[in-house]
Amino acid sequence: MTEPIISVRNLVVEFPLRRGLFTAVDGVSFDIMPGEILGVVGESGAGKSMTGAAIIGLIEPPGRIARGEIYLKGCRIDNLPPEEMSSLRGKRIGMVFQDPLTSLNPLYTIGQQLIETIRRHLPLNEAQARQRAIELLAEAGIPNPETRIDSYPHQFSGGMRQRVVIALALAAEPELIIADEPTSALDVSVQAQIIKVLKKLCESRGAAVMLVTHDMGVIAETASRMIVMNKGKIVETGSVGDIIKRPKEDYTIRLIKAIPSIKDETRRHEVPVSPKPLVEVKNLTRDFDLSPGFFDRLIKGSKRNVVHAVRDVSFDIRKGSTYGLVGESGSGKSTCARMLVGLIKPTSGNVLLQGEDIARGLSQERRQMVQMIFQDPYASLNPRWRVGDIIAEPMRALKLVSSRSEAEDRVADLLQRVRLDPISMRKYPHEFSGGQRQRIAIARALSSQPEFIVCDEPTSALDVSVQAQVLDLMRDLQDEYGLTYLLISHNLAVVRQMADDVGVMHSGVLVEQGPVDTIFDNPQADYTRMLLNAVPDISKVE
Amino acid sequence: MLAFILRRLAQSIVVMAVVALIAFMLFRYVGDPVASLLGQDSRLQDFEELRERLGLNDPFYVQFGRFIANAVQGEFGISYRLQQPVSELILSRLPATIELAFASAIIALVFGLSLGVFTALKPRSFAAGLIMTLSLVGVSLPTFLIGIGLIYVFAVELQWLPSFGRGDVVRIGSWDTGLLTSTGIRSLILPAITLSLFQLTLIMRLVRAEMLEVLRQDYIRFARARGLSNRAINFGHALKNTMVPVITITGLQLGSVIAFSIVTETVFQWPGVGSLFINSVQVVDVPVMAAYLMFIAFVFVVINLIVDILYFAVDPRLRIGSGRR
Repeated sequence: MTEPIISVRNLVVEFPLRRGLFTAVDGVSFDIMPGEILGVVGESGAGKSMTGAAIIGLIEPPGRIARGEIYLKGCRIDNLPPEEMSSLRGKRIGMVFQDPLTSLNPLYTIGQQLIETIRRHLPLNEAQARQRAIELLAEAGIPNPETRIDSYPHQFSGGMRQRVVIALALAAEPELIIADEPTSALDVSVQAQIIKVLKKLCESRGAAVMLVTHDMGVIAETASRMIVMNKGKIVETGSVGDIIKRPKEDYTIRLIKAIPSIKDETRRHEVPVSPKPLVEVKNLTRDFDLSPGFFDRLIKGSKRNVVHAVRDVSFDIRKGSTYGLVGESGSGKSTCARMLVGLIKPTSGNVLLQGEDIARGLSQERRQMVQMIFQDPYASLNPRWRVGDIIAEPMRALKLVSSRSEAEDRVADLLQRVRLDPISMRKYPHEFSGGQRQRIAIARALSSQPEFIVCDEPTSALDVSVQAQVLDLMRDLQDEYGLTYLLISHNLAVVRQMADDVGVMHSGVLVEQGPVDTIFDNPQADYTRMLLNAVPDISKVE
Repeated sequence: MLAFILRRLAQSIVVMAVVALIAFMLFRYVGDPVASLLGQDSRLQDFEELRERLGLNDPFYVQFGRFIANAVQGEFGISYRLQQPVSELILSRLPATIELAFASAIIALVFGLSLGVFTALKPRSFAAGLIMTLSLVGVSLPTFLIGIGLIYVFAVELQWLPSFGRGDVVRIGSWDTGLLTSTGIRSLILPAITLSLFQLTLIMRLVRAEMLEVLRQDYIRFARARGLSNRAINFGHALKNTMVPVITITGLQLGSVIAFSIVTETVFQWPGVGSLFINSVQVVDVPVMAAYLMFIAFVFVVINLIVDILYFAVDPRLRIGSGRR
């Protein structure tokens, strides 16, 4: 029997806080064999990232390893002095972080950063290190590595940067790679490529990988074994197929049930038939002028540069239905949403709400019909306002209430409808979790009694189980009030679960649209097919 | 790059034109220049003649145009008080101010940077706490108090250093320098420290805050995960990123060291541009005030231009991203 690359035994990580001891990781034990990819899943706060940070010795103070042992190929490493630990990092244990946009130092070329890392660990001179850096970039799938090596991080796209990060992590051929949410910040099609690169590189080198992620789909596609963590403890360990198909523990069962799949046939209420669509979008186009300044044009002869963010998009949204708009970042879906609520004006084309053009300004009664829910519930609520004031604001702005007590009654009612305690209106947003904040955002959107709500990635900042709750709430509210939604999401499974009709956007163009089941089961456009194939989905596990 | 500098230059010209207008307004509306040139008992006819001779009866824009044309050639008229051309006056006082400003800028930069980095890297140490507390004194005590305090300790009680003046100066071309004589250098120490103290603490606190922020960034964590040495991380990766915002503030601060050394110069009887200005204000010597105003605007514009170019050199994102906003 081969020796495991890494063994963790009864690891306990503690944070001494003002209010007492917080145990982030509580008695975790596992092994990873050479060439094996171990998936670690769990929701935020489960302690999965902390376990990775403990192994590589990068726990932020005041956190510390309180008990337990970590062995790297049989040698204990958790009690090494800082200097020796720092020479292990990069050399024997590599790490890939979540956000490729912030993992690289913006002021140095990627070549400088690679060469620096290589020369720190391997006895090579500058020219040899450069050669090796070029080879690594080529292996990680960067085209033209000879010229690209002298580029700065901001000259790469997100996916390309993550390849650079992987190349950096692999620079000194580490035996173990800890990948902490390596694809969570990326588009699905890029995500699939990165997973492939990571998998290939590890196979060819026989490195062990600890893949930390909240995305069960990614694990289903990549890992062979997985552990499920909750509140610092390991809930379940086993092969990926076993856990996804036959979860044993209650927590795992609930977690897996909460994950939407693109293969889900959804229960759907009947959309009431109405002769005229609620929202008509006609030949909507929006250009952004990104031309260089006057002097640049004069001296360098740079050309005017106009980006067509949205080109000639037309669709209708039926009253009481949910229209899903999917696409990758930069496809123009958020620009579309902003034009739909009148936050930006279209370059040409129009948006008709019950036949009235939004761009020309709406009458008061129509204006209160449209509301919006944003992606990040941490950023979209004013931190200095009480929840009651946040929710009451649309009512006050539109003068829907005459007195303070009336407003308070309405707010209490709204909070109850989004399943929050009416007492919450006295609290501030920071006292709530992400899911609760998104409920507050929904209550705010509902406060003007709208008919049409534009939801821009309403759940992508949330954990899966919370996401399921928020989506359920949205559906219940739709049934209750006959709401019409425009749901914008990069998460195809969420759209499949929620939408009645779907439009697929790519580079500003609506490539395909139709009823949700038709699009998902029988996609016509190449792009839609590619997108659907790229999604890491739990249904794909054998 | 060229386009960038040209754009900045164009903006600078606009700034200078606006300042010139304000300086010109000083001439027009702060007292009657003719009244200050002639005595109270001059005849009305003399007034009229002088007005005509000085061109004060011409339309506003003609006068302003003449003012600009003269200013561009370095002509700001003749000081009412000293009866010398203003440009000569300023030029003769300039070396003293510039030597003082640069000496204190160097003190502020060297100590500000190193103490800032130290307090950021060892935020919990006793020494860092002590430095931070003392720096509060530097920020909050007014300059004249520090100057007088230093004079009392080092000039009056200990008698180590002179309390006023520049000491002996050596003339090189048209530049009087105090840096070549021992009395000159000894005289420079106290005013330079006084002038630098505020900037020093400001730069230090800024560097510390920025560096602590940078050390929290993902790329620093990633640099640690790559196993780089602490030295490479702190001084290679963190410090360079710290410099981007620090450059702006520091540049502007150095501008104000040159421009507003007035208090220090007064306390130490330093024969620089600042004390010239103070003396001119007291007797409403408008040509000197106007020229001083233009001079300071010019200093700031030049420093801003240098800061912008430094920005370009440090941050590659600006080099390529100048077309995108």
